[in-house]
This record gives sequence, C-alpha cells and structure tokens, in this order.
Amino acid sequence: MAEVKLFGNWASPFSCRVEVALKLKGVEYEFINEDVQNYKSPLLLKYNPVHKKVPVLVHNGKPISESLVILEYIDETWETGPSLLPKDPYERALVRFWTKFFDEKCLPALWNGCWSVGEEQEKAKEESTELLKILEGTLSDKKFFGGDTIGMVDIVANFISYWLIILQELVGFQVYTKEKFPKLGEWMDDYLNCNIIKENLPPKEKLTAIFRARFEAAAVTK
Amino acid sequence: MEEVRLHGFWPSPYVYRVIWALKLKGVQYEYIEEDLSNKSQALLQYNPAHKKVPVLVHGGKPVAESLIILEYIEETWSQNPLLPADPHERAMARFWIDFGQQKCRTFFSFYLATEEDKEKETKEVLEILKIIQDQALGDKKFFGGNKIGLLDLSFGWLAHWFECTQEVVGIQILEHSILPRLYEWTVNFKEEPVIKENLPDSSKLLTHFRWLKEKFSSPNPK
Repeated sequence: MAEVKLFGNWASPFSCRVEVALKLKGVEYEFINEDVQNYKSPLLLKYNPVHKKVPVLVHNGKPISESLVILEYIDETWETGPSLLPKDPYERALVRFWTKFFDEKCLPALWNGCWSVGEEQEKAKEESTELLKILEGTLSDKKFFGGDTIGMVDIVANFISYWLIILQELVGFQVYTKEKFPKLGEWMDDYLNCNIIKENLPPKEKLTAIFRARFEAAAVTK
Repeated sequence: MEEVRLHGFWPSPYVYRVIWALKLKGVQYEYIEEDLSNKSQALLQYNPAHKKVPVLVHGGKPVAESLIILEYIEETWSQNPLLPADPHERAMARFWIDFGQQKCRTFFSFYLATEEDKEKETKEVLEILKIIQDQALGDKKFFGGNKIGLLDLSFGWLAHWFECTQEVVGIQILEHSILPRLYEWTVNFKEEPVIKENLPDSSKLLTHFRWLKEKFSSPNPK
C-alpha cells in the first residue's frame, strides 16, 4: 500500500491546504505536527533541507515541498475525487496565475499589514485593499473561484476566509469588511460552509491564543 | 490553427524563456516589442493585474507570467516534452523553478549592491548558486537530464544575463574555478541551437544593465 505522510503544522494555512486536498481525493495519510517556530525535527530537515519549512508531503519515501507544488502533485497522482485544477490548458493557466497572485502579492501584503505599525501598516493597508479589489473582481458572479465547486484557487485563498478574520479582530488591521467586499464576503460564507473546509480548520480559540502570544511578543521587541 | 502572439521587451530574460519554449516546440508566433515606458493598450488589456511582459496571446486569450506561460506551452503543444512524465520528477522540477523565483530578490540586491554591501550580497548569491549546482543540477548535463527542459529555461538567465550583472557589479562568481558544474551547464546550455540563435546582443545588454542600475540607484527612482 502506498504510504503518504504529511509534515505540517495545525495552525498553518499552507499545511491546511494540503490536508484539504488529500481529503478531497480520499487519500489516507499520516499527519506529523511540526512545531516549526520552536524546533525543526531531523526528519523535517532531511525532507526539506532547502527551506526547512512545512508542509512537506512524503509519498513512498519521496518528499515534496512548497504547498502549490504539492497541490499539483496530488492532482496528478490521485484520480479519485474532484480535480483540483481544470483540464483545459488555458483554464489551468488562469488557476496558476491567481494562486501565484495570491501567494506572491496578497498574502505578503496582508500578513505585513497585520504585523506592522504606523506608516508601514498604512502602506500595507492601501496595497492590500487594491489587491483584494482585484480578487473581488475575479469572482465576478461565480460562487467559488473554481466555479460551482471549490478548486485550487479557493483552497489556496483559505487565509483570507479564516486566518485574516481572526488576525483583524486581534490586531485592529481592518482591511477586509463585508461592506467593502461583498462578493468576497459571500464567497467566505459559502466556502466556510463546505464540509471539507469547516471540518479542517484549526480551532479558533487555539489559533487566536497563538496569534495573541506572537503579537504580544512582537510588541515587546519593538 | 490559432494565432500565437508574444508581447515582449528585448532585454528581458523572462521574455526569452517563452521564446525558447515556443521555438523548442516549433510553434509559429508573432512577436510584438513593447516600449515599457509607453505600454500598449493591448498589453494593459491583456495583463491588467501586473501590466508586465511577457504576455502570450493564443487565439485571442492572454496568458501572463513567464513560468505560467511555460507550463501553458508545455500543456498545449505536446511535441518535444519539456517536463518529465513522472509526477514526482515533475514536482521536483516545479520545486526548483519556484526556488529560482523565490531567490530573485537576492540576485537583484546583488545587482544593485553598493561598495559596502558587495561582500555580503556576493556571499548570499554564492550560497544560492551552490544549492542550485549541488542539489538541482547534481551530476546531470542539464537540469532536465540529457536534454533541456523547463527548469533549464527558467535558469537560462544565469547563462547569459548574469554575465552582465557580474560585469556591472565588478565581481565574478559563476566561474569554472568556483562553480565548475554550473559553469559547464551555462556552456552546454548556450550551445543548444535554439538558445544560441536566440539571445540578446551582449554589449547592448550590458549597456542596458548599466543604465538600469543607475536608474534604480538614483535618489528619485521612477
């Protein structure tokens, strides 16, 4: 039987993406939680010597790192369950464009906005607002980024549906509101209503506590 | 057969990745040179999110971001495959393509380095090139194995553009005495007919790189 292991972290949106994908495909796997902030295990360092991060998928002893690379691998390897990417090359290019846009532009801007202060935070807020507007535009009249059902872009955009909302409440970085971004708001409701998504989110209280601790530690060092 | 057009800018290594892929697949296309200080309406319409080149337009449908265009070309034209057939090997190719992308900023910092920063920036670039040589290339002739593939195309800028970067900074890193196997790869890569016949003129490129560095380093960069 094929052996699948996932080195991840319960709080990480990147790790969560891979778990959702594996579950959508009905793939049995062993989850190994790595407390990467505090300690990197010898196995993690062996399987991801280049970046030393999670998630890392190990399939039959062979490791794969970087969540977007892992998601494409899962889609190509297991034909059970729904496809994460469409079949048409042009549609696939659009999915790759938006997942890249999200990870290279939206996520860093939103993340920086949450953890910075003063002028830097103002700048991040402006940038994030523009980027969220673009995302809102791509939804147009679709229920999900993937159309009628969730696809890879929806899975990758998980951060804004849950982690961002928690962070906004905690640190007072209000960039997303349902009034400003109604389509994203509707998307979030539908997204979080999907069983596969809501059953695989980190517990809110635990996540809030972790973020609060990090926020307070960061405030002290500033 | 549907029309293929490529919007590009002559000094851009990203544009050349696409040119090489199209030529390796034997795809006929029309090239449109863009003046980036005066972007065409077509470009702004085809790539509103980033407003950058390259953009490939196939049958009227635009694909932006060079690495995404490479995957689109690979999936649309099946002759002369540029990615491995095995899913794990494909994932490894995508991992290293992503690695190169993630490290862009370091190379850019090296390019813009002031006298004070040069030593630090050189050390960082050398570390990355060693990883690329030892872990991505290994003992292979090309990153793709016996013949060039998408990963070679994505690193193609190291074989030609990086020479200009080193010249402008005044420091040689990618030399046979320092990185023998990677250096040999640059020689082998540029010997490939499609590559050899499709490179921008070195002296024009060097002039451009010097001008660009001054522009970025001036007190009020645009």
